[in-house]
Amino acid sequence: MTQRTSEITVGLFMVAGFAALLMLALQVSGLSLKPTSDTYTVYADFNDAGSLSPRGKVAMAGVSVGRIRDISLNQKTFQARVAIEIESKYDGIPADSSAVIRTSGLLGDQYIDISVGADEASLADGDSFFETQSAMNLERLITNFASGR
Amino acid sequence: MENDPFMASSDYITLKNIVFTRGQRRIFNDVSVTVPKGKITAIMGPSGTGKTTLLRLIGGQLKPDRGTVTVAGHNVPELSRKALYRLRERMGMLFQSGALFTGITVFENVAFPLRVHTRLPEEMIRDVVLMKLEAVGLRGARDLMPAELSGGMTRRVALARSIAMDPELIMYDEPFAGQDPIAMGVLVKLIRELNETMGLTSVLVSHDVPESLSICHHACIISDGKIVGQGTPDELRNHPSDKVQQFLNGHPDGPVPFHYPAPDALVDWELPAALTAEEDLGP
Amino acid sequence: MTRPMTDRLASLGRGGINTVGSLGRSGVFLWRALAGIPRPRVGFPLLVAQIYSVGVLSLAIVVVSGLFIGMVLGLQGYTILSDYGSEQAIGQMVALTLVRELGPVVTALLFAGRAGSSLTAEIGLMKATEQLSSMEMMGVDPLRRVIAPRFWAGFISLPVLAVIFSVVGIWGGMLVGVQWLGVFEGAFWSNMQSAVDFGDDVLNGVIKSLVFGVVCSWIAVFQGYDCVPTSAGISSATTKTVVYSSLAVLGLDFVLTAVMFGGF
Repeated sequence: MTQRTSEITVGLFMVAGFAALLMLALQVSGLSLKPTSDTYTVYADFNDAGSLSPRGKVAMAGVSVGRIRDISLNQKTFQARVAIEIESKYDGIPADSSAVIRTSGLLGDQYIDISVGADEASLADGDSFFETQSAMNLERLITNFASGR
Repeated sequence: MENDPFMASSDYITLKNIVFTRGQRRIFNDVSVTVPKGKITAIMGPSGTGKTTLLRLIGGQLKPDRGTVTVAGHNVPELSRKALYRLRERMGMLFQSGALFTGITVFENVAFPLRVHTRLPEEMIRDVVLMKLEAVGLRGARDLMPAELSGGMTRRVALARSIAMDPELIMYDEPFAGQDPIAMGVLVKLIRELNETMGLTSVLVSHDVPESLSICHHACIISDGKIVGQGTPDELRNHPSDKVQQFLNGHPDGPVPFHYPAPDALVDWELPAALTAEEDLGP
Repeated sequence: MTRPMTDRLASLGRGGINTVGSLGRSGVFLWRALAGIPRPRVGFPLLVAQIYSVGVLSLAIVVVSGLFIGMVLGLQGYTILSDYGSEQAIGQMVALTLVRELGPVVTALLFAGRAGSSLTAEIGLMKATEQLSSMEMMGVDPLRRVIAPRFWAGFISLPVLAVIFSVVGIWGGMLVGVQWLGVFEGAFWSNMQSAVDFGDDVLNGVIKSLVFGVVCSWIAVFQGYDCVPTSAGISSATTKTVVYSSLAVLGLDFVLTAVMFGGF
């Protein structure tokens, strides 16, 4: 093993390491190389935010269009105020669309689904959804059903 | 000490009133040795008297509990790490095992100090290394690995490596131990030649009396942490001390006892019990 | 107080003093090895040679182990997740397990066994055969020349190996899940991508393996340098390297996980 060959092997080793890290970044964590700044923020007020969490999925017709940035309690209405970042390329979402909390599968994560409205105007940065539908609470559903209401 | 002819300004190494303890054992108790410049000084003594420790004190690998070690005008225990390493570049040491680097060839072993300490071009390094190997008669062995060398050759390669930087001082740690008579003869010749041709100051630690006395200019005999005799080889041969005579002539028992200090034999063997056991052995 | 009682107390105290002493020595040792930047002309080839023997030569065992662990994760994950009808989540499970935990931890354990033990044995043997001593006497500091390149090589190699381990493991999980058990490939990747976050999961895993790299390399070189220079001493130092490294990695992994993912 001469100095030269060991240098080359070590070089290849380091390159393999970087390639693996790049693979973890792009393929595994789905990191895109585009700057993440091109989003706009809209708000949705829910009576019950369920188990939504920051970084959660926001979808429209099953296609991921954004992420949940932040969830806080509105002290006046005592509703959950969810800040949603939507990618700028989806800029034509009708202003009267509604935000619905859905569950993926029976036991999966909860996510926000935007069901499309009919308004000609579009949601812009800082707008809020008119209509929201809170998380389906399985326990409450069963209680309601059992008490016959 | 006042009448010691070697306490002159030409001393290269001066050890003064050295006290050194390792664990519970006192290895040196007030030892003073001087090594004159350009001469071969032999430090002799029975095994386990700390002769190698003395070399490590000179090289600054160990620090004495008390006393001073002066090498080429520097007080070794007080030196900063950096200054100590700079001083060591002017020393060479031949270890008992040779201590060659096992992963590289003979050539690279000898080239090692040159590559680290100098920025000589490759051709110059090659010339110097081959010259040093030629001096020890092993120019033909340059491409061998240390594992392929015999004991005597290992020591000669190590010698070539320790003189690669043309040091002022070279220390030999038991250079003759475990060598066949021919290898021993070769080493004796090499040590003498190096001393004469390069003007090296040499410190030779050994318990091989005839070889050491045949080449040294001056010798010290250490026993029980003290210097029991020193002088020229002839002075030592006629030295009045029993300890010196026992060591030089190799008597098995004498002031240095045959037995390592042990508790009373009766206690160790639990003699009354042993006697009954002896009865049991009978038919 | 009875005699055995005081003896036991004394041995406890002696043990404590020895432990603190060797911790202190190892700290000073590392400091002296790393203090001062080595000259690049000398240091770089040494570092490359060590990365070769510490990192490149560990690649085979890391890749093979990663592949099998990923395949086992895929198989186990499938049998459990298919009970809930959510076998698409297999990608997410395999990737998170590997990137957060098994990648750094298993690689560090393999590294301690494969590279750490050989570092300890090599340095211990250099000490026993007086090579370190003779280097000192030639005016070359063995801490800089022998210890520092080996430490840095471990520190650099371990994260690289851990990342490769994770990638190979994920590929193994995909092999079993997608190619063999028939999970839909698109769901496999998209579930994984939505669950794994680059900063929180991948980078935290890399940070873990950096920490493990420091710990494993440090233990390995210190045990070698501090060993009793006899064959028994070297063998016990090698054992200590593997045992201490493994315990340190597993213990630190808990602490790091608690800090990174435990919400503290």
